[in-house]
Amino acid sequence: MDVSIKSVRKEFDGYPALHDVSLDIRSGELIALLGPSGSGKTTLLRLIAGLERPTVGTVFFGDEDASHRSVQERNVGFVFQHYALFRHMTVADNIGFGLKVRPGASRPPKSEIRHRASELLDLVQLSGLENRYPSQLSGGQRQRVALARALAIEPRVLLLDEPFGALDAQVRRELRRWLREIHDRTGHTTVFVTHDQEEALELADRVVVMSQGRVEQVGSADDVYDRPNSPFVYGFIGDSSALPVRVENGQLWLQDRSIGIEATSVPNGEATLYFRPHDIELLDGCGGCIAGTVAASRRVAGTRRVELEVGGARERVEIELPVEHPAGASGRIAFRPRRYRVFPAHAM
Amino acid sequence: MAVELMSGMSDSVASAAPRTRSYRRATTEGPLVRGILIALALGFLALFLVLPLIAVFIEAFRKGAGEFLFALNEPDTLAAIRLTLTVAAIAVPLNLVFGIVAAWTIAKFEFKGKAFLTTLIDLPFSVSPVISGLVYVLLFGAGSVLGPWLKSHGIEILFAVPGIVLATIFVTFPFVARELIPLMQDQGTGDEEAALSLGASGWQTFRYVTLPNVKWGLLYGVLLCNARAMGEFGAVSVVSGHIRGLTNTMPLHVEILYNEYNFVAAFAVSTLLAGLALVTLVLKSILEYRYGDEIAAAARH
Repeated sequence: MDVSIKSVRKEFDGYPALHDVSLDIRSGELIALLGPSGSGKTTLLRLIAGLERPTVGTVFFGDEDASHRSVQERNVGFVFQHYALFRHMTVADNIGFGLKVRPGASRPPKSEIRHRASELLDLVQLSGLENRYPSQLSGGQRQRVALARALAIEPRVLLLDEPFGALDAQVRRELRRWLREIHDRTGHTTVFVTHDQEEALELADRVVVMSQGRVEQVGSADDVYDRPNSPFVYGFIGDSSALPVRVENGQLWLQDRSIGIEATSVPNGEATLYFRPHDIELLDGCGGCIAGTVAASRRVAGTRRVELEVGGARERVEIELPVEHPAGASGRIAFRPRRYRVFPAHAM
Repeated sequence: MAVELMSGMSDSVASAAPRTRSYRRATTEGPLVRGILIALALGFLALFLVLPLIAVFIEAFRKGAGEFLFALNEPDTLAAIRLTLTVAAIAVPLNLVFGIVAAWTIAKFEFKGKAFLTTLIDLPFSVSPVISGLVYVLLFGAGSVLGPWLKSHGIEILFAVPGIVLATIFVTFPFVARELIPLMQDQGTGDEEAALSLGASGWQTFRYVTLPNVKWGLLYGVLLCNARAMGEFGAVSVVSGHIRGLTNTMPLHVEILYNEYNFVAAFAVSTLLAGLALVTLVLKSILEYRYGDEIAAAARH
């Protein structure tokens, strides 16, 4: 089921949570809504589900305008952040709930519901736990039951709100791979909300990066990581270093020195240079480069992360060095980023 | 390094050993203070609760079990018991419905005047029961607008069963609502949203999700409501008219019997009320013990 969101605005008590958001989700896609808290990602998810109504704008399911459809009519599978399993029902009853509450004619017989619940438990690899209660399950198991319950109603779209948010790192990584498998097997159009970029980049076909109620960038993991289109995305996805610079006729200047980087499309004036700390080349001499003295140095896993004071100690930037690099502890280092972007100051 | 550490430790252990003191938690008190406080609490309870309770039973059985049973078998007493049960049977279910509706409204919706409504629900707790009764006298009495009009249509409110029921409902309506509001607020709307997203209608959501989630808190509220409905004296006394065999509830009947120096009968009826209180207490304790978590949410406000 294609889902498209057209110019949606959502206000809570006059305070806007989403400004003019548009998004097209293709059938069968696995999409991540990624952003810091307060970016409106959960609001967007709830708008798709019908748990909230847009203040302005429309939500289409296929060609049909679903904006005024109730949550029941939309037939979406929603997995809540804290699972919202019905604690007084067994696992099987939880999964069968969506079938049990169907109106008479379309309600399958009891045995059929029971059978379907077992099938779904097999799918989520929890066979044999039909008669347990939610309180008797671990967090990861509850998450699986919540997903099975959402899948039971054969939803047109599957929506997951921070699906792994409450789980520890190990279980999280495991479930991530597993969710991808389930998605590939069932082919549901799936949207999930996360604030964990690793999760979003690893799992999703496309990532929607959101900030302050706006969509900043939509693209594959490669797109958003390699070609961030705004300072926010650069800063939010992956590690980045930022350095205030000046643009003069397409050349970047750090105070009175040219740093040998071109930015032809950026107008003259103040700007900020963004690059990845690991994506740099170290230079020996310095004719057109960024040079600085080591101010702090930390060992991070397989590399050494070094803070450099540059431009007469006014600014600090972070770069990554190989562990065995001699300048790791102290000394002077000259480098030039291999890949970078320059954003004019007013775009910040 | 390790050796140094070891020797350092054994030093401090050795120096601490001679002046061994029993450590106690920072929040506890010495044995004397504890003893006095516990004795005070128990003594107070014995004097004000246990002794009177025993006295009731002793007085009731003073002339033997035969006299006790005879006193209970008296037609007016039976009528009082019947009336009390009837009033509770009407008032409690009504307050059950009202309590659920009020709690649902307050816990799950946002609207203007919500805080005011919450305060209003507590009103019967803060108003003297006599006033609660007088309100209905003013509303339905001979001097009011409604009273004579209803009377001309053959409906008696005051000094009849409807008045007693109304006064009882007024006095007992906060019990269920007060129990449910914090519980429902605590649980939020997550489960309801889940049920709705799975296609359940509003009624199905309530029936299968909301109600089971609060059932123990609800039962607890009903229990307290029932105990008060059967035991209410003040408000009912004002509107009842004390007509023997017709508008006398058990508490009112006890008073009448007592004023007539019929002590055995008065205390015999009292044992029934005391018994009701004890049963309520036991059920309440069982609920608290068994479903403490759910009820604790209600006590936390």
